[in-house]
Amino acid sequence: MEKELKVSAIKNGTVIDRIPSKSLFKVISILGLEHCHNQITFGMNLESKHLGNKAIIKVTNRYFENDDINRIALVAPSAKLNTIRDYEVVEKRVVEVPDEIEGIVRCMNPKCITNHEKIPTKFKVISKNDDVMLLCHYCEKITEEKNFEISTAQ
Amino acid sequence: MKNRPKSLISINDFTKDEILKVLELTAKFEENPDQNLLEGKVVGSIFFEPSTRTRLSFETAVNRLKGRVIGFSEASNTSVSKGETLKDTTMMLANYCDLIVMRHPLEGSVRYASEVSKVPVINAGDGSNQHPTQTMLDLYSIKKTQGTLNNLKIAMVGDLKYGRTVHSLLMAMSHFNTSFKFIAPPELQMPDEYCMYLKNKGLNFEEHTDFAENIKGVDIIYMTRVQRERFSEPMEYEKVKNVYILRNTMLNNTKPNVKILHPLPRVSEISTDVDNNPKAYYFDQALNGVYTRMAVICYILGIK
Ligand SMILES: [Zn+2]
Repeated sequence: MEKELKVSAIKNGTVIDRIPSKSLFKVISILGLEHCHNQITFGMNLESKHLGNKAIIKVTNRYFENDDINRIALVAPSAKLNTIRDYEVVEKRVVEVPDEIEGIVRCMNPKCITNHEKIPTKFKVISKNDDVMLLCHYCEKITEEKNFEISTAQ
Repeated sequence: MKNRPKSLISINDFTKDEILKVLELTAKFEENPDQNLLEGKVVGSIFFEPSTRTRLSFETAVNRLKGRVIGFSEASNTSVSKGETLKDTTMMLANYCDLIVMRHPLEGSVRYASEVSKVPVINAGDGSNQHPTQTMLDLYSIKKTQGTLNNLKIAMVGDLKYGRTVHSLLMAMSHFNTSFKFIAPPELQMPDEYCMYLKNKGLNFEEHTDFAENIKGVDIIYMTRVQRERFSEPMEYEKVKNVYILRNTMLNNTKPNVKILHPLPRVSEISTDVDNNPKAYYFDQALNGVYTRMAVICYILGIK
């Protein structure tokens, strides 16, 4: 960890570590980083003891609220956040699947109104364990983790 | 929208007390259906797909209470067929009426409409999702024929996987310490989420594939239609299509108080020789729908 941070250490900002490589672009999109003007560095396919293969994002001078960061829990539940001030890690956080999710995931029911009219999806999280399950607020059908289709158009 | 009016989209939107209150009102409307409680009110009856039975039941309820009805009975020839969004159609109609009754083929559509409407909305069926006034009339029929909703045994028969009426009825009856028997072909068993729901509430249920044996001790037999299009293999349908037909002889050893319910329309799942058996209740059940809808409308509008 120490070593890595030194590679491209940032003075102030946030390091999002332990992102599964395949989820990197989803995380970028969910957090809206493509519209962010701060200095950002990404690393992908890095070696990881825990994941085998991970991605990392470093955003200069930007800090995230818990609500924002929990939105990435569906695609990167293993992610860790380090808040950096003056090159020091001053806070470590893990992401947590929230109780409710708005937008982000598509309802898998093709007959759901959210797949026909421009409405942000809305789900109640009914299982946060190994297999996250979402109950659609509109059609009342369940979307399981294995069927997650991340829609990142905000 | 802030301070949204109370709507009825899913049977779960009503508490046990609210359900009981509506059933009480229903009994009063059955005694005296001609009242002018809706005088001066306009109800928007908006059917994006045709359902003559449900629409006439709602419109009869409004007319008997001296209200007026506007709306359409299918989406063709309306602005909807020109591509107007559900949101725009709903907001426009909410300007013209005091209450909207809506049926729509897409699931969740009526919930969404209730979130953009400034007047209350009653769901008259959203795809295979919910049809709460059907559930309310089922509850009324059960209460009326059994004298109570408490501690009853209900057999649900046929398509328990896709049948929205059985799912909503199960949720509603779970307030009343019901024990359930689910009788269905293996392909059409009650989905896990509903079994889990009952388990979590500590209620009894049994799953069976055999029909005749398992209706002997029950108070209500709730029949549904097994539809060919639910089977991926035509052979599978052929195997079960005659297994879940209720015949008059099967009722010989059932309890004297048992009543047979069916949301209608029936195809072949109840043999016509059952129709004259006093245990058959499905036609009276349909009539209860008008009184139930009167009660729901007046409750939602805060008139009673
Ligand atoms: Zn949905």
